[in-house]
Amino acid sequence: MIIADRKPFDEIMSMLAPYRDILVLGCNECVTVCAVGGAKEVAILASQIRLRRTKDRISSEVHEKTIERQCDIEYLEELKDTIGGYDAVLSLACGCGVQFLGERYTDVLVLPGVNTTFMGVTERHGLWTERCQGCGNCVLHRTMGICPVTRCAKSIFNGPCGGSSEGRCEIDKDTPCAWHLIIERYKKKGMMDMYMEIVSPKDWSTARDGGPRKRQREDMEI
Amino acid sequence: MTAQGNLKRVLQSGAFAVTAECGPPRGADPDMIRIKAKILKGYVDSVNVTDNQTAVVRMSSFASCVILKDMGIDPVMQMVCRDRNRIAIQSDVLGASALGIKNILCLSGDHQRFGDHKGAKNVFDIDSLQLIQCIRDMRDEGRFLSGEEVKGRPDIFIGCVENPFADPFEIRAMRLAKKAAAGAQFCQTQCIFNIEKFERWMEMVRGLGVHEKVSIIAGITPLKSVGMANYMKRNVPGMDVPDKLIDRLRGTPKEKAPEEGISICVETIDRLKGIKGVCGIHIMAIGWEEIIPEIVKSAGLYPRP
Ligand code: SF4
Ligand code: SF4
Repeated sequence: MIIADRKPFDEIMSMLAPYRDILVLGCNECVTVCAVGGAKEVAILASQIRLRRTKDRISSEVHEKTIERQCDIEYLEELKDTIGGYDAVLSLACGCGVQFLGERYTDVLVLPGVNTTFMGVTERHGLWTERCQGCGNCVLHRTMGICPVTRCAKSIFNGPCGGSSEGRCEIDKDTPCAWHLIIERYKKKGMMDMYMEIVSPKDWSTARDGGPRKRQREDMEI
Repeated sequence: MTAQGNLKRVLQSGAFAVTAECGPPRGADPDMIRIKAKILKGYVDSVNVTDNQTAVVRMSSFASCVILKDMGIDPVMQMVCRDRNRIAIQSDVLGASALGIKNILCLSGDHQRFGDHKGAKNVFDIDSLQLIQCIRDMRDEGRFLSGEEVKGRPDIFIGCVENPFADPFEIRAMRLAKKAAAGAQFCQTQCIFNIEKFERWMEMVRGLGVHEKVSIIAGITPLKSVGMANYMKRNVPGMDVPDKLIDRLRGTPKEKAPEEGISICVETIDRLKGIKGVCGIHIMAIGWEEIIPEIVKSAGLYPRP
């Protein structure tokens, strides 16, 4: 899923400064699971904003709503009668949701309430870590299920580099070295000969480097 | 093809090679390079110029190498994958060869997290192994990575690095074998302080027969003080400085520490000379280049062939 972080409160307040009527809009998918933009977080943030504005003697209306998905045109429809009535919408969805909402309602000012960080997993309660960068040509079958693009700080395909130490990446002691993990698995499965294969340069055109990506399935179009 | 570089000549003659590293300045003054190079001239067979080492901006390795070349020194241009994509890399390989640079050392490059531009975007389009292969194919096959033809092949002696002290230890010789298969002709290692471990690594290297394909040049760094030894141990990734070495420096009066550092260095070189498959030494006297002539002389490696 997509992981995000709440923007610092002061940054949000300065973004909202010119606007009186505000809608804080949550999303019920990824950002709910990573506890940053669901109904609960919408309620908390909305009351924080109200409190601060009351304290600062600023007259203001802060509304709350959470929809199923902000990245899906179908769910954005339910906002069509109300959304025009606010000065700004603070979206707690990921960057996709923020943009898509603004595309659907071009007259509405949509502001980001979170920093979208990565595609990852919930390792345990309160800990999310990155796993995939959507390179568009998955190599996990060659790297024992560990992504070298994402989990190696240098996206090395013939690792590990000379900075790998005691299973940790050179960038910091809390980050596992992806190549250490890959080699451990090669060894366990008796597949070290796979390690000796030289992997050729990757074609990055399927990744972000090829420009904005699109997937179209004509058989699904109505 | 033009005449071969000095480093290649020395290695092929079977003589014990001596190379040194020169860190370029953090400014545009070419004399900073010339001053360091003048000290080294005649004492070493070639001089490496680092490529924005530890991700700190310095004069480019390419330009510094041209300055060295003009002084009659055979430069080794270090090239990292951190800052350039395959387009820029191949273009620099052509340019370097055109200006008479004969040696390129291929590295991944330290992550920008260590440097002075932590907010930089990194590239890592290809990795160091792919870089080795890329230069070899440009030279031997006359092909760019795209498969297009190179008109006027670059004449490059291809180097790589390996760190016998990084983990997992058991793959470090295999990784050098991979680099040899990709086209590496010489290898300069990480600084050796833990010589026993280096010997174990060399045993594995010989076991794979890699020493017959790649000229292995052992890395040496003179320790100026106990503080420097501690710093290297704690802060430089993949550096193995044994406690007994630190204790030896600690037991030396402060003003005698540099002398002791040189003795350690010369003892290490003596031991390295006896290891089968070691073809030379690479001296990385970080910020202490002026000591290199003395080390070379004390180690009985002067005059140079
Ligand atoms: S190889 Fe590409 S698609 Fe597969 S996990 Fe890594 S980034 Fe994602
Ligand atoms: S230490 Fe491991 S994960 Fe970190 S950059 Fe090097 S190979 Fe990649």
